[in-house]
Amino acid sequence: MSKYKVLSLPCSTIELESLNIGEMVYITGTLITARDAAHKRMIELLKEGKALPINIKGQALYYVGPCPAKPGQVIGSCGPTTSSRMDAYTPTLLDLGLKIMIGKGQRDSSVIDAMVRNKAVYLAAIGGTGALLSKCVKKAKIIAFEDLGTEAIYSLTVENFPAIVAIDTKGNNLFNVGPAAFCKL
Amino acid sequence: MREIHVNQIVETVQKLCIEACCYLEDDVKKLLNKAYHEEKSELGKNILKQIQKNIHIAETETIPLCQDTGMAVVFLEIGQDVHITGGSLYHAINEGVRRGYELGFMRKSVLDPITRVNTRDNTPAVVHYNIVEGDRLKITVAPKGFGSENMSRLKMLKPSQGIEGVKEFVLDTVLKAAANPCPPIIVGVGIGGTMEKAALMAKQAILRDAGTPSSRPNIASLEKELLELINKSGIGPQGLGGTSTALAVHVETYPTHIAGLPVAVNIQCHVARHKQAIL
Repeated sequence: MSKYKVLSLPCSTIELESLNIGEMVYITGTLITARDAAHKRMIELLKEGKALPINIKGQALYYVGPCPAKPGQVIGSCGPTTSSRMDAYTPTLLDLGLKIMIGKGQRDSSVIDAMVRNKAVYLAAIGGTGALLSKCVKKAKIIAFEDLGTEAIYSLTVENFPAIVAIDTKGNNLFNVGPAAFCKL
Repeated sequence: MREIHVNQIVETVQKLCIEACCYLEDDVKKLLNKAYHEEKSELGKNILKQIQKNIHIAETETIPLCQDTGMAVVFLEIGQDVHITGGSLYHAINEGVRRGYELGFMRKSVLDPITRVNTRDNTPAVVHYNIVEGDRLKITVAPKGFGSENMSRLKMLKPSQGIEGVKEFVLDTVLKAAANPCPPIIVGVGIGGTMEKAALMAKQAILRDAGTPSSRPNIASLEKELLELINKSGIGPQGLGGTSTALAVHVETYPTHIAGLPVAVNIQCHVARHKQAIL
């Protein structure tokens, strides 16, 4: 990979706007995790008019359900899960100020519209590389929904966590233009 | 009658679960290396390199390759001259899974489909029994992640749709799956039989040593044609564009009914886990 950028979190909207699809980024800072069950519960809380247990504003959300840590490990294997299962919940979180999402796979148009509206980015981590990615996590702490086990919300302190800009703040989408460039069907 | 005690089965399944989740077999490693050298996208090449790095870390440190350590699918080939002693075979398999997932620090992903309450020990396993000749017991453990399982499909085609309909359905399934099953993938296809037979064959197809063609020339040529077609899709590593969408296509067939043409496609991610032991 010839071009890559370093992304220190928290970062400004201007920095997010400078990211373009296809660029590799190395993230250092704090990520919040949530997958299916945590998303469902957050949206239910919002529907009931209750506050979220985390501040979503300006946050980077990583879709992951890690393996348990071995003795001496910060966290077990922790690669991305399929993001599209979160699509139904995501526009609400984006409108509350969510800025960065990290996962794998395509997003739907409602998510992309909300990303453009809120100047957010979607980064693809490499699915199936959980052992490698666990090395980038320096601290892990459960901060909400502990009863959900692997689906609890964690705060992860990461260093040089690799990801690829897949959908940028303008709505450009590497999941469309990437394959189109190589399609010979 | 040759006797095999359930304790031996528990220990074997425990070991196979951990090994399958942490050590990738050489067949898949070879195909990933080939894909790395042939990939035309620079980004795709970089992704394949990261995947190879991950395999190395997982095997040197015995860390699960992927956090989705799957639902344990266990295939048994039970020799008809084997007598299992000391308890229930089904319970022994599940005890092996329970211990393996706990001792291997693997994720427990199995829950009740309606209440969504987790069983907390990754049991029960999905167990397939096959009675064969002989006095041996062959156990294959294939933990299946759901990023790829969710992208699998089955269709009861009309006989008039023929082999062209089969090819169309396989390609369409891969195109719809796109990035979700973590390409490069292995595509298992079951053609014929009944509904459940087609699904089972598709699953068994992904257990074949990756890249080994069918022993039947017409099926081997269908596999080759489908692989070339899929790799023209441009989906590429992680669905971000490239020439390595699938590492292999494996097809299994079985005679079917005059009125039917069942086709099942089971998609396997690049973390294609399967370990075997013969007792």
